[in-house]
Amino acid sequence: MIDMSPSLVLVVTIAALFAAGVYLLLERSLTRVLVGVVLLGNGANLLFLVAGGAAGGPPITGVTPERQMSDPLPQAMVLTAIVITLGLSAFLLAMAYRSWQLHRHDEVQDDVEDRRIAQLAAVDERATADTDTEGTAGSLDEDAQEARDETDEGATTPEATLATGEDEEPVDEGRGAR
Amino acid sequence: MTFDWLVPLPVVVPLSAAGLALALYRRPRLQPIVSVGALAIVLVAAVALLVVVEDQPLVVEIGGWRAPLGIDLVADRLSALMLTISSAVTLCVLLYSLAQERYDDEESAPISIFHPTYLVLTAGVANAFLSGDLFNIYVGFEMLLAASFVLITLGGTGERIRAGTIYVVVALLSSILFLVALAVTYAAAGTVNLAQLALRLPEIDPGVRLLIQVLLLLAFAIKAAVFPLSAWLPDSYPTAPAPVTAVFAGLLTKVGVYAIIRTQTLLFPGGALDDVLMWLALATMVVGILGAVAQDDIKRLLSFTLVSHIGYMIFGIALSTDAGWSAAIYYVAHHITVQTALFLVVGLVERVGGTTSLTRLGGLAKIAPVLAILFFVPAMNLAGIPPLSGFLGKMGLLEAGVEVGTPLAYTLVVGSVVTSLLTLYALVKAWNKAFWQPPESVRPATTLPFGMVGPTAALIAVGLGLTLAGGPLYGYTERAAQSLAERTPYLEAVLPDGDPGGLVAEGDDGGAP
Repeated sequence: MIDMSPSLVLVVTIAALFAAGVYLLLERSLTRVLVGVVLLGNGANLLFLVAGGAAGGPPITGVTPERQMSDPLPQAMVLTAIVITLGLSAFLLAMAYRSWQLHRHDEVQDDVEDRRIAQLAAVDERATADTDTEGTAGSLDEDAQEARDETDEGATTPEATLATGEDEEPVDEGRGAR
Repeated sequence: MTFDWLVPLPVVVPLSAAGLALALYRRPRLQPIVSVGALAIVLVAAVALLVVVEDQPLVVEIGGWRAPLGIDLVADRLSALMLTISSAVTLCVLLYSLAQERYDDEESAPISIFHPTYLVLTAGVANAFLSGDLFNIYVGFEMLLAASFVLITLGGTGERIRAGTIYVVVALLSSILFLVALAVTYAAAGTVNLAQLALRLPEIDPGVRLLIQVLLLLAFAIKAAVFPLSAWLPDSYPTAPAPVTAVFAGLLTKVGVYAIIRTQTLLFPGGALDDVLMWLALATMVVGILGAVAQDDIKRLLSFTLVSHIGYMIFGIALSTDAGWSAAIYYVAHHITVQTALFLVVGLVERVGGTTSLTRLGGLAKIAPVLAILFFVPAMNLAGIPPLSGFLGKMGLLEAGVEVGTPLAYTLVVGSVVTSLLTLYALVKAWNKAFWQPPESVRPATTLPFGMVGPTAALIAVGLGLTLAGGPLYGYTERAAQSLAERTPYLEAVLPDGDPGGLVAEGDDGGAP
């Protein structure tokens, strides 16, 4: 009878892949998210190997006795899953590149609704702090931008440093002065 | 005479046509002929299947490999009905987008990609509906997702990339969850064939079974946009081109709902998670519709109603009675047509009014009275005004809920009525602002292109047809629900000799075609 208890090394590897994958998935940069997805996908693929039971000989009749064959079905599924993950990773990579082309960064941007709520919060803050200032739409947008920055401080710093020295510098100075 | 050859057509024809359309990318005249022809064949095949599977489910084993080892396609009443509705919808949307391409020159950048991708999308949807194998459902999902990634980022503008990023990452996450669920299922039961799983799952440890159920539900609930997992939807759908949004809203979430129906009825009878599903359904309905009420953009408003009405279907599924399932299936059919029609109409509204913001739209009833009718009918249908199909679907769900009669079921009944009223409020508000409100500035009268109005009207007519054929259709969904509850027709069709047992012994002789 085939020993069905899974190999400890595989299980530990899967756990490590999943932990790293989830961590990277929570990052803002799309490239890191992509690496996270790839790691998670590989973790899931290894899980299939565990699901197939202990390793055995190649499942070809006449080469390996029936009892010592490894289960070919999960391996076929893993192959399919690898191909699919490859295709989708390529697409995600293309999207990250396109995002970089457009915005000079590949960060996953905020939900429109989140931005709008941040904007409302900014309006409220203005209303309580100083009733005289009638905020124009433009400065409210900037406030919303700042409200977003509070939730993740590190995310915009690389972008800001990247922007310095380029043609966007006046905008940056304006923001600093305000 | 056997009709087995009909079963693979909805997958094979669009896939081959996709290849052909890709090869013809330099011939913009031929591409539409290929894709329209392919989808018309699929529609005919689906209608034929609808009739043929009345007696018993049809099973086709791909490549002649026997059922538990090879991959099989199964067409039963539920999948035939889903296929028919979905192919009617995809055909209408394709015709609409063809007309849009003809009238919009500025947005015509990558048309050569549109046709093949759209065909792959329909093939993926059909594959998910027909598959008798959990892993093949995964493949179907991936086909339609990969195609949808391309469609949602069509043109690659900044806004679409932003919305697409969220969509793609969430979809990938749900795919990985599905993969994990598949691996756990295989480890526990040694198979991913749906029929064989149905026989084997009752024998395994209840804890492991519950784990598999939760994992599968999680993966499908992300696709179906059930409440805590629905936040991605209203942000990503509205930015895509109108026909793409329409087909996504109509079909993609329903594929998730279909997968939930299939697995809950076939693999996990007994309803271990029904109470949880009930609460989720309630939350989906209420949170979704409150989101819709708060919206100012008509596309986003409709996206939120889409989330909200997924709750109705989950409610029907969670009742775990024949009546509940039957009403849920009817509701899926109704909702696919009506939601797609609404998004197509909004595409027209955007054309005529130049915007989708409700505060800036206005006076459309005067400029485009035809458009007003086109919006009004499906909007009232969605809200559930008698005698339209939305009313019939909600009525069926309410009856099924009262029949069950537990306090939780009554809570859901009240929740659905409130949601229905709020839907009416949101849509009437949209109607007043877009069609009756005095316009900010006088807009030049524009003629609606007939090529776009035609398919929209056809789809609305299909929706009205669901009302006219309400009796026979409800009879059909009831029979579908009955065979789902019995499970034996499906199991006997796929595995006539019962569970063939060990896979190792099976490996030797399974290859003979």
